[in-house]
Amino acid sequence: MQHPAFEEVTFQHHTDDATFKKKVRNTTILLSVITIIELIIGLLIYNIHKGESPNELLVLMFKGMVCILTLAKAYYIVSVFMHLGDEIRNMIMTIVVPLLLFIWFIGAFIWDGNSYKNLRNTYDKHYKESTMPTPHKGGH
Amino acid sequence: MATTATLQQTKWWTGGKSPFNMEYGKLMMWYFLMSDAFTFGAFLISYGTIRFSQNFWPDPNVVFNAFPGAGHANLPLAFVSVMTFVLIISSVTMVLAVHAGHSNDKKGVVKWLIWTIIGGAAFLGCQAWEWHHLITGEHVVLAGGKLEVIGQSMRGNPWGGLAPQEEVMAALQNTSHETLLQLSQMGHHGASATADHAALTHDQLLNSIQVADLHVREKGPVAFGGYFFGITGFHGFHVFSGVIINIVMLLMTQKGVFERRGHYLMIEKAGLYWHFVDLVWVFVFLCFYLI
Repeated sequence: MQHPAFEEVTFQHHTDDATFKKKVRNTTILLSVITIIELIIGLLIYNIHKGESPNELLVLMFKGMVCILTLAKAYYIVSVFMHLGDEIRNMIMTIVVPLLLFIWFIGAFIWDGNSYKNLRNTYDKHYKESTMPTPHKGGH
Repeated sequence: MATTATLQQTKWWTGGKSPFNMEYGKLMMWYFLMSDAFTFGAFLISYGTIRFSQNFWPDPNVVFNAFPGAGHANLPLAFVSVMTFVLIISSVTMVLAVHAGHSNDKKGVVKWLIWTIIGGAAFLGCQAWEWHHLITGEHVVLAGGKLEVIGQSMRGNPWGGLAPQEEVMAALQNTSHETLLQLSQMGHHGASATADHAALTHDQLLNSIQVADLHVREKGPVAFGGYFFGITGFHGFHVFSGVIINIVMLLMTQKGVFERRGHYLMIEKAGLYWHFVDLVWVFVFLCFYLI
């Protein structure tokens, strides 16, 4: 169907009311469930940290899971709420391909921060001693 | 599906039609949002870099554990989950407003826009409360061999590791009289307590302080405040401008501007912006509160 106001727009998406409402309802439930799972993982991390000797690997794993869940949430918001999933492929690609820069952006900068920490700890012993959390100081 | 077949046969680049099947304004809104994603991305990545360069970083569950009206109860993640749900729900009402616009349903657009505006305002209110709570909070820190009472600000972070008991005892001797007075009053509210404590001598004041109850910490990394207030502030500013845009859309709808125009595409563009604000919050929530 031609758009009423823009003749250069060739077609419009038309879904009937019932299908649309169902899609929105399902996405809302999905986003809420993912958020609740994230909160549960957050509380798990909190309880692990409270313990005597926190298992850092387990905490890291839970944090990784939360990151993946967040990406899933972002996907559903962009694809369903912002209707990007319904646009034509070329348009989607002009948005998504530039965002791939983030893969390098995140990796390189996190790596750099970590490297700076290691260099400082190696060459500045006073810095290491004054900032490194010790068991009795702990984060809590 | 019939449309899919026609779509594949359509020659998109022969002129006369939009190769992206989208009007100019909406396409440009998408590119603006993409550039804005890089701005937020750069801020969050900068925060991540600094966080990875530190030996110690405050545990978000220790910093964000307050709830309005719950006093000093320890409720990690509770308030921020309310904020997250408020924003998700306001995103859903915006989807419904855009959908009502597609079917030229003026009443529907007005109704759902009002709910979206209420959601946005509620989120801003929550954020204002949280900032106020962090800035005006009174936390005892051990710094430079004496005790201080500070809040979370751009210049100081009270969320370092717990200070060893013996160092706190020693620091108590070097702490100023005013701070001691403040410490002795923490937990004892009311004017009579204030007057009682003011009359005490310096030694009596020292004896009245229960060190174990103060939960004295060392100072945490100072960058925490700048990043938290900077990024949540920048996001809050986006929410604020989104609310303003939605109010303008509401007024234009009520005046019948879109009705005369024959379409509600402006609502769609405002909707894209509003969903983007929700999208950014998902990542702010992840970076500051969850991990």
